[in-house]
Amino acid sequence: MAEWFLQVQMKFILRITEWFQKMQAEFTLNFIAKDRWRLLLTGLGNTLLISLFAVLIGILIAVVVALVRSSWDTTNERLRPGFGKSVFSFFDRLCRLYITVIRGTPTVIQLMIMYYVIMTSTKNGVLVAIISFGINSGAYVAEIIRGGIMSIEKGQMEAGRSLGLNYTKTMWYIIAPQVLKAILPALANEFIVLLKETSISGYVAVMDLTYAGNRIRGATYSAFMPLIAVAIIYLVVVVGLTKLVGILERRLRQSDGR
Amino acid sequence: MTEGKIDLQKRGAIGEELIRVEHLKKHFGDLEVLKDVSQVIRRGQKVVLLGPSGSGKTTFLRCLNLLEQPTGGKIWFEGKEITAPDCDINRIRARMCMVFQQFNLFPHLSIRKNITLAPVKLKLKTKEEADADAERLLARVGLREKIDAYPRQLSGGQQQRIAIVRALAMNPDVMLFDEPTSALDPEMVGEVLSVMVELAREGMTMVVVTHEIGFAREVADHVVFMDDGYIVEEGTPEEVLLDPKKARTQDFLRKVLK
Repeated sequence: MAEWFLQVQMKFILRITEWFQKMQAEFTLNFIAKDRWRLLLTGLGNTLLISLFAVLIGILIAVVVALVRSSWDTTNERLRPGFGKSVFSFFDRLCRLYITVIRGTPTVIQLMIMYYVIMTSTKNGVLVAIISFGINSGAYVAEIIRGGIMSIEKGQMEAGRSLGLNYTKTMWYIIAPQVLKAILPALANEFIVLLKETSISGYVAVMDLTYAGNRIRGATYSAFMPLIAVAIIYLVVVVGLTKLVGILERRLRQSDGR
Repeated sequence: MTEGKIDLQKRGAIGEELIRVEHLKKHFGDLEVLKDVSQVIRRGQKVVLLGPSGSGKTTFLRCLNLLEQPTGGKIWFEGKEITAPDCDINRIRARMCMVFQQFNLFPHLSIRKNITLAPVKLKLKTKEEADADAERLLARVGLREKIDAYPRQLSGGQQQRIAIVRALAMNPDVMLFDEPTSALDPEMVGEVLSVMVELAREGMTMVVVTHEIGFAREVADHVVFMDDGYIVEEGTPEEVLLDPKKARTQDFLRKVLK
C-alpha cells in the first residue's frame, strides 16, 4: 500500500518537473531567444504611445463637441432666429453627425479607412493610429462630458453668471471641476476601453503589443506563452491606470464632507 | 462699529433712480409670464414683490439682471440701457448680485473660495483683500468659524447666509433676493431674515421676492403686488398690506395671513 502511494507520488513529481522544464524551454524560446522580448517592449511602447496621444486628441475634440452640443441644447429655445443661430445650429448638427458616424461604425473599419483611403501618403502607421483612435475616442468622451455638464444644476451656471463671471470663466472655475468629478469613473472606463482597442493597430501594420505577441507566435509556433504574456502586460497597465484614477478621485472627493 | 458695514460712500445719492423698467414683457413659448410691467427702483429703496405663484414676480426679478432675456420692453441701470445689444451685462451683474431660493453655493469649493472667487477673478480685489473681506463678512453673519468648511457640511440657513455674504463681497449697488427663505426649514427662516433686515437698515438697495409678509411689513418701503403678469397694486406697506384696494390683493392677503 505504502509502496503504491510512493510510486504515485514519484510519478506526480516527475510530471511537474517535466512541465516546469517544458515551460522553461518555452519561455526561453519565446522571450529570450533572439531577444524576442524586445518585440514585446517595442509593442508596449507603441501601445502606450498611441493610447496616450489618442486620449489627448480625444479629450480635445470631446470638449469642443460637448460644449457645442450642451450649450445648444440649453440655449436654442431662447435664441432669437438669425444668422448667429443658423451658424450655431449648423455646428450642432455637424457634431451630431460626427458622433453618429463614429459610434455607428466599427473602430477597425475607421482605422483602415484612415490608413488606406484618407492618409494614404503617410506610411507612419503609429500616426494614423493616433489620429484614428483619437477621433474615435472623442465621440464617446464627448457624450460622457455632455452628460456631465447636463447633470450639473442650472443654478450653478446662474450663480456664476449672476456674480458677473462670463460664460467661459463660469465654465472653467465652477462647472468644469464639478463635471470632472462626476464623470471621472466613466472617463477612466473609456480610457481602459481605448487602451485595449488599440490592439487592432496591427491591421495597419503597427507593431503594437498584440501584434508583437503575434509576431512571436508566428516565429515560434507556440500559443500559450506569447498570448498569456500579452494579456498579463495589458492587465498590469490597466490595473496601474485604475489605481491612478482612484487616487485622483479621492483627491476630488474632499468637498463631499463627512 | 462700522466694521463690516457696507461702504456706501462711493455710491450715488440715496433716492436717485437706479433701475428703470418699462413695459417689460417675457414669454416662454406660448406662455406669457410678464405682460406689461414698469417699475422704477431708487437707490436705498427696499422693494418687496408679492404675488401668488405663477404671477411672474420671480421672472421679473430674473429679468433685472438678464438671467432671463426679456422678450419686450427695456431696462436701464444707472441710466444705461442694459437690454441694448451692446451692453456688457457681466459688468452690470457684478453690481447687482442675486441670492437664490436654492442658495446655489458652489459645492466643490470651500466657503472661503465661494466668497472670494468672483471678486478675485474679476480683479475687483486682491486675494488678500478678498480673504480679509470674507472673514469680516462671515463674522458679521456669525459664521466666521465655517470659513474652511464646504457647503455640504452646513445647514440650509447657514448656506443661505453664506450666499448673502458671497453676494455682499461683490460690493453690489443692489441685491436681488429670489424667495431666499422658501427652501428653508421653518426654524432657519429667522436667521436669514435677520441678516436681511440688518442689511436693509444699513441702506442696501434691495429687491425681494418673498412670501414673508412680516418681512415686507417691517422692511419694505415699497410693496408691489403682482398677479397674472401685471402689477396689480403697489405702494407703501401700509397701503398695500393693511388697506389693499384691489379684490385680488385682498384675496391673496387673506389666504396668506390666515
